[in-house]
Amino acid sequence: MPTVKVDGQEIEVPAGATVLQACELAGKEIPRFCYHERLSIAGNCRMCLVEVKPGPPKPQASCALPATDGQEIRTDSEMVKKAREGVMEFLLINHPLDCPICDQGGECDLQDQSVAYGRGGSRYDENKRAVTEKYMGPLIKTTMTRCIHCTRCVRFSEEIAGVDEIGALYRGENMQITTYLEHAVKHELSANVIDLCPVGALTSRPYAFEARPWELKKTLGIDVMDALGANIRIDSRGREVMRALPRLNDDVNEEWLADKSRYAVDGLTRRRLDKVWIRQTSGENRGKLEAATWDDAFKKIKAAKPGKDIAAVYGDLLDCETMFAAKALLGAMGSTLIEGRQSGMTYDTSNLAAVNFNTTLAGIENADAVLIVGSQIRHEAPLLNVRLRKAVKRGAKVFVVGPEWETTYPATFLGNDLGVLNSLSSDVTDAMSKAERPAIILGGAALGRGALGKALALAGEWNVVREGWNGFNSLHFSASRMGGLMLGLAQAGGMADLIAAKPKVLLALGSDEVDFTKFPDTLKVFIGHHGDKGAHAADVILPAAAYTEKSGTYVNIEGRVQRSEKAVFAPGDAREDWTILRALADALGVTVGFDTFEQLRAAMFADTPALANEGLADFGMALPAGGGDASGEIAAYPVADYYLTNAICRASPTMQRCSAELLHGQDFAEAAE
Amino acid sequence: MLADKDRIFTNLYGYQDWGLKAAQARGDWDNTKDILARGQDAIIDEIKASGLRGRGGAGFPTGMKWSFMPKESKDGRPSFLVINADESEPGSCKDREIIRHDPHKLIEGALVAGYAMRARAAYIYIRGEYIREAWRLEDAVKQAYDAGLIGKNACGSGYDFDVFVHRGAGAYICGEETAMIESLEGKKGQPRLKPPFPAGAGLYGCPTTVNNVESIAVAPTIIRRGATWFSSFGRENNKGTKLFQISGHVDKPCVVEEAMSIPFSELIEKHCGGIRGGKDNLLAVIPGGSSVPLVPAEQIWDAPMDFDGLKEVGSGLGTAAVIIMDKSTDIVRAISRLSYFYKHESCGQCTPCREGTGWMWRMMERLRTGDAAVDEIDMLQQVTKQVEGHTICALGDAAAWPIQGLIKHFRPELERRIAEAGNMAEAAE
Repeated sequence: MPTVKVDGQEIEVPAGATVLQACELAGKEIPRFCYHERLSIAGNCRMCLVEVKPGPPKPQASCALPATDGQEIRTDSEMVKKAREGVMEFLLINHPLDCPICDQGGECDLQDQSVAYGRGGSRYDENKRAVTEKYMGPLIKTTMTRCIHCTRCVRFSEEIAGVDEIGALYRGENMQITTYLEHAVKHELSANVIDLCPVGALTSRPYAFEARPWELKKTLGIDVMDALGANIRIDSRGREVMRALPRLNDDVNEEWLADKSRYAVDGLTRRRLDKVWIRQTSGENRGKLEAATWDDAFKKIKAAKPGKDIAAVYGDLLDCETMFAAKALLGAMGSTLIEGRQSGMTYDTSNLAAVNFNTTLAGIENADAVLIVGSQIRHEAPLLNVRLRKAVKRGAKVFVVGPEWETTYPATFLGNDLGVLNSLSSDVTDAMSKAERPAIILGGAALGRGALGKALALAGEWNVVREGWNGFNSLHFSASRMGGLMLGLAQAGGMADLIAAKPKVLLALGSDEVDFTKFPDTLKVFIGHHGDKGAHAADVILPAAAYTEKSGTYVNIEGRVQRSEKAVFAPGDAREDWTILRALADALGVTVGFDTFEQLRAAMFADTPALANEGLADFGMALPAGGGDASGEIAAYPVADYYLTNAICRASPTMQRCSAELLHGQDFAEAAE
Repeated sequence: MLADKDRIFTNLYGYQDWGLKAAQARGDWDNTKDILARGQDAIIDEIKASGLRGRGGAGFPTGMKWSFMPKESKDGRPSFLVINADESEPGSCKDREIIRHDPHKLIEGALVAGYAMRARAAYIYIRGEYIREAWRLEDAVKQAYDAGLIGKNACGSGYDFDVFVHRGAGAYICGEETAMIESLEGKKGQPRLKPPFPAGAGLYGCPTTVNNVESIAVAPTIIRRGATWFSSFGRENNKGTKLFQISGHVDKPCVVEEAMSIPFSELIEKHCGGIRGGKDNLLAVIPGGSSVPLVPAEQIWDAPMDFDGLKEVGSGLGTAAVIIMDKSTDIVRAISRLSYFYKHESCGQCTPCREGTGWMWRMMERLRTGDAAVDEIDMLQQVTKQVEGHTICALGDAAAWPIQGLIKHFRPELERRIAEAGNMAEAAE
């Protein structure tokens, strides 16, 4: 623990800290552009210069200088002030003065730091440099004249995302940041470079010229596009969500966010269900949907006389409160037929530890051998892939069962047939059994083919649960999955049980992936927010709220209970889901036991106490024994199109364009060029 | 004047063949096995005792540099020697002559130095523009391999040592040691942050020493003839012989091996036939390659040509590339051209150099024609100070110093041009 003096104040800093970190510990602000604590140190912006003794009689880049015992650091001397002014002046001489039309305005590091550390005026009389635009795909808008060459974007692509897509061309003042041959940036985390860019060189293309940061209301939310529960900040203006940005949470998303989570929000204003619709059963409009009132809809449902012949299927994006309200309603009617595994999966849910991501997202970084079974991690959980890449960088070996996909780290593919698990080669068994922290990740493609038992057996064989380490992980990709399972909303036979029960009424809670033709004589009531597959099949449509329009509790894959707040109101006649179910209870003449959101939550906590505490739920360390052999060919992974996995992103023009351009190679030449 | 018997580079002018046989006849590869048999520490101590300072420009003691290399590999990482033949400094042309005519001195030196610092291999990074020189060097390396002088069991010493020739692609900055390492690794040639220093983590993350061609090529001779012989030349702290490269306005520009600390006047009169038009026609001298400040005629004439002597006159020895400018020189244009060079060669990594070199060049161009205000001279001086010492590598300093030298010694000339341009503008109105 070296002791250093910062501006005369003595302070002890952790071993290995840099001078910059020492200054921050001492409460001194050090301006910087290129330094980012999650990226490697580049030391190229030279903004963080400080005076350090002992050392050469010139200012030192504090971001790259290790703090050593007895150093005297000055951040307030004349030399430091001059150095900062000088660097600031250099950064600004070729930076355009277009702040009024720059989208970074208001959240620009260069703007803020030039006010704080720059000179009042410029002494530069020559012409400024101009740089041609670079195409970086449908998400990133470039104005490369503004670039200050901090190389954060380059380092992010290389180090975090693991794809060498962004780099620098030419040298000196002609240096330009660009993508390889100006191709679009194609990985799933590409838009994070927009947050990283300290200036307006890389800005958000869909959000271009939409709003200024100071006009936006900021709401703390949880992302539902995958099951990781990334922490987001929902920026809204009026009734519209303008953008979603990542929030800092080292346990979940660090400070990254996947592109889908970030850009599907423009789907929230399109294809919305904003009034009640009823499918006509007679007359000339037979089979067509017609707008109706809430009363008509409730009467129609009541007329079906469901009694206890009522079932519910919940979609991927639901919050726990909605699911609990449905459970309470069905319970009052005398039914327990609720299921959420829309595609018909039937894995055993009696022990939640077997279907949880036990290692935790932060924990998987420490794994030293990982067996992935049936998961295209980059599409199913892009942020988990970042963690796995870190693990591999620390020396972990990765094996994958399933069709090959482009990993961002060295991995060995063992074949498509799950049968390979029954007779693994000695390479795999040696690596897994000798590893100190082995981990198994079981994806949807494996869970859907009954590989859970075999995986559990392997887990027992390799002893993946040990002191301080639980290496058994199931990887879901529905935000509602763990919450639903904690609430006990699953049938032993999965969807087949619901089909076999032939319910009179089926409540489809935002479920768009169900094969509704299996319910031919059932009154199908769709309660959801987007006119997608579920609404097309429905007899009655009740408009509900999307994830940004309601407060809710979400549980991510690792069993982390998190709460999201309501950012905007649902459009038109749409209501928050729980109020619809509450009103339906009245219409059906049953009591569910809550009248307000607070009462609903209290009842939910009483039902499932684990949901009351934010943070990791405890499912215990004991895994079921498992057994049996795995079989079945994984022909394809469940996520066929990363950008179009749910109703919100299917409605999003940005996601549609991403899908067409990045996945299907459609050419979007820029008009007027 | 250095006696012929004391010259290290006996085939500097190519009067004899460059090949292995001729080199052996000149004494190269003579019982190299015995040199190696003295042991690593003995070689390093001999070099330390000789007072050899790095010939690439910075003048860091070579023996000490070698001694920073790890004595044993604790984690299995090999060590490497990188030889800097990326001679791109305007005015420098000594490594070119060594490689053209005495390549075996370099290769033998690589083995001796590499053995002393326990390196597994040497990488010779040769300037991209040196095309025939690279061919020659590759041929010489092949000769040495074929004769068993390097490779497995080099010279029968039992030590395995490889030599690789790697060609640059024409970037001046790749002559900076860490940029050279980046370039060798196949990356964009941009200097690295130090620490870590190459001796700790250099090429491919392994301990590495980067040495100039001349520093390596003189090593075997120093060990053969002894440190006392070598240190008998030159002043204290500036020992040995050195290749001087005199270009510009002298009657006979040349590369010549001379003792360190030779007075400037003697170097010019004895070897170059004097200043064109006589001593009084000398305007200024850039004594160490384009990166060092110029020295006006009256200060340089009696100065000893060594590290300390030139430091005293506000300049430096650099690579001993002496650029002579007589009174016909447009000194502002000359320095402006150097500014353009640094603007062109800046790697663009760090801010002050990337933005500052272009700014400085543009101002120099205006000062050249006088299209400026007098207070812009002070501003230019401040800008050079804002670049100097604020960058990752020394290119920023190198770009600033020539301009600082110009302003220091030729400010009246700058002001005269501004005044004249102003008068002409006024007259035209």
